[in-house]
Amino acid sequence: MTLLMGSLHLGLIYGLMALGIYITFRILNTPDLTTDGSFTLGMAVSATLTVAGYPAYGILLGILAGALAGVITGLLQTKLKIHPILSGILTMSGLYTINLFILGDRSNVSLLGASHLFSWAAALLPNAAGRDITRLALTLLLACGCFAALVWFFHTHLGLCIRAVGDNDDMVRASSINVDAIRILAIALSNACVAFSGAVAAQYQGFADISSGVGMMVVGLASVIIGEMFFGRRSVTIGLLSAVCGSLLYRLIIALALKSDFFPAYALKLVSALIVTIALSLPAVRGWLQLARVKKEANQHAGN
Amino acid sequence: MLVIDKAQKTFLQGMPNQRVALDSLSLTLAQGEFATMIGSNGAGKSTLFNAITGAFLLDSGRITVNGVDITWRPPHKRAFQIGYLFQDPMKGTAPHMTIVENLSLAYSRGRRSPLRPGVTKKDAAFFRTQLARFGMGLEDRLDAKVGLLSGGQRQALSLLMSTVAGPGLLLLDEHTAALDPVAAEKIMVLTKEIVQEQNLAAIMITHNIRQALAVGSRTIMLEDGRIALDISGEARKDMTPAALMQHYTPGTASKV
Repeated sequence: MTLLMGSLHLGLIYGLMALGIYITFRILNTPDLTTDGSFTLGMAVSATLTVAGYPAYGILLGILAGALAGVITGLLQTKLKIHPILSGILTMSGLYTINLFILGDRSNVSLLGASHLFSWAAALLPNAAGRDITRLALTLLLACGCFAALVWFFHTHLGLCIRAVGDNDDMVRASSINVDAIRILAIALSNACVAFSGAVAAQYQGFADISSGVGMMVVGLASVIIGEMFFGRRSVTIGLLSAVCGSLLYRLIIALALKSDFFPAYALKLVSALIVTIALSLPAVRGWLQLARVKKEANQHAGN
Repeated sequence: MLVIDKAQKTFLQGMPNQRVALDSLSLTLAQGEFATMIGSNGAGKSTLFNAITGAFLLDSGRITVNGVDITWRPPHKRAFQIGYLFQDPMKGTAPHMTIVENLSLAYSRGRRSPLRPGVTKKDAAFFRTQLARFGMGLEDRLDAKVGLLSGGQRQALSLLMSTVAGPGLLLLDEHTAALDPVAAEKIMVLTKEIVQEQNLAAIMITHNIRQALAVGSRTIMLEDGRIALDISGEARKDMTPAALMQHYTPGTASKV
């Protein structure tokens, strides 16, 4: 029960990040490595403001900070014409220093004793079971809210523009739309989601750590890809939904594997990387198998 | 409508393989005038189109469309007044989006307020009537992904997308060359209809000499970034495909 509950919580919180990854990886069609930095950025802003007594502002400013990080990556990509992957790495690297600065030159800040969103939620119902329910309701509310807002957004004109830029930017330019501006906006939106996830995660787990963001991009990708295995690649609404569901499944798989001592906790990142590698290589492997089969059949016919 | 004044462009300036792409080229096209453009490969036809749409900036010279000087404008701001149809049917459309989504974007021309719905019922109804005249059944497939359409259907859609917002100037870069003969004929008929209806100024690049003389009211031949021949009216009526072939000089032909 606690395993399921924990996976549900983490799955929803990191589902916010998966939504962000989905925006860049699938909709914009440009993987963005800012993620590792902007996740920690959201976390750092949220933790620092929570300790200062403003947990709600912590979430809001965390989201804004993430969007700002995305704008910087976007500017590097579009205006300075730096390769998208490198742009993300540069921002991520720079953010490490910014994050340390926000955390007050400490690598870890604890929220012990500070009141935050989850302690407020827990206080609504007194007994232990009630606490679990209100806390889960909170994460569910945040995840559903973010999901619904994104579904609405991607059906507006602006959302349509972002989807078209990821599909064929020549066509967008020919439609009198500023491709650079749209690209920057999309990366900002993506990193806002990622930082949102980090901000909520800090308050949920009760601390912020400078290394929390390492490998987050891969975790997000794994979620998106696992989701697609079940939902396929169809409309943008189903895509966003599959990203959140993928995140839930990912957390459940990881929790089960850890519980059964299948692998130690520190192997998590390697396992995530393997999941992503296998999923991304499936089309190529399928191609080889098909080629081998065709060759074999052709040889048999030639033999007859 | 379109005034090009002494357009000059040299690629790889100062390098050993420097190439003059546009050589003080001047051209004026009136509203409603439909010109065809011929010339050997490398004569500067596509370069001229790219200069008009803003893919690169001129070294010197001016380009004016509808009285507005667009010489220094970025491509997306020029696109308000310019429709562009590529040879490749894949280039003008977004394959993973639906027909109605593609048309909505093209129709909006960046002027729709950003947070309004991207696709409205009213627009969809308008697109349906516009597509119906194509006789390809596209009007019943508004929610189909564009990637599923045939080359001819995609080019028909591209044609509608590039003209639906009333551009004023239409540039056609061998837009039927990649299609089968039946589809090419169909697209050509539709193109002529639309250009006439909207009274567009249009330039069509083609390598089909007969088409170059039959379509529109003016034929322009480029050579080494200059206008080598510019005929209309009687002079054009008297021109035969064979005589026009003579104007392709051996010098440029050998560069092919």
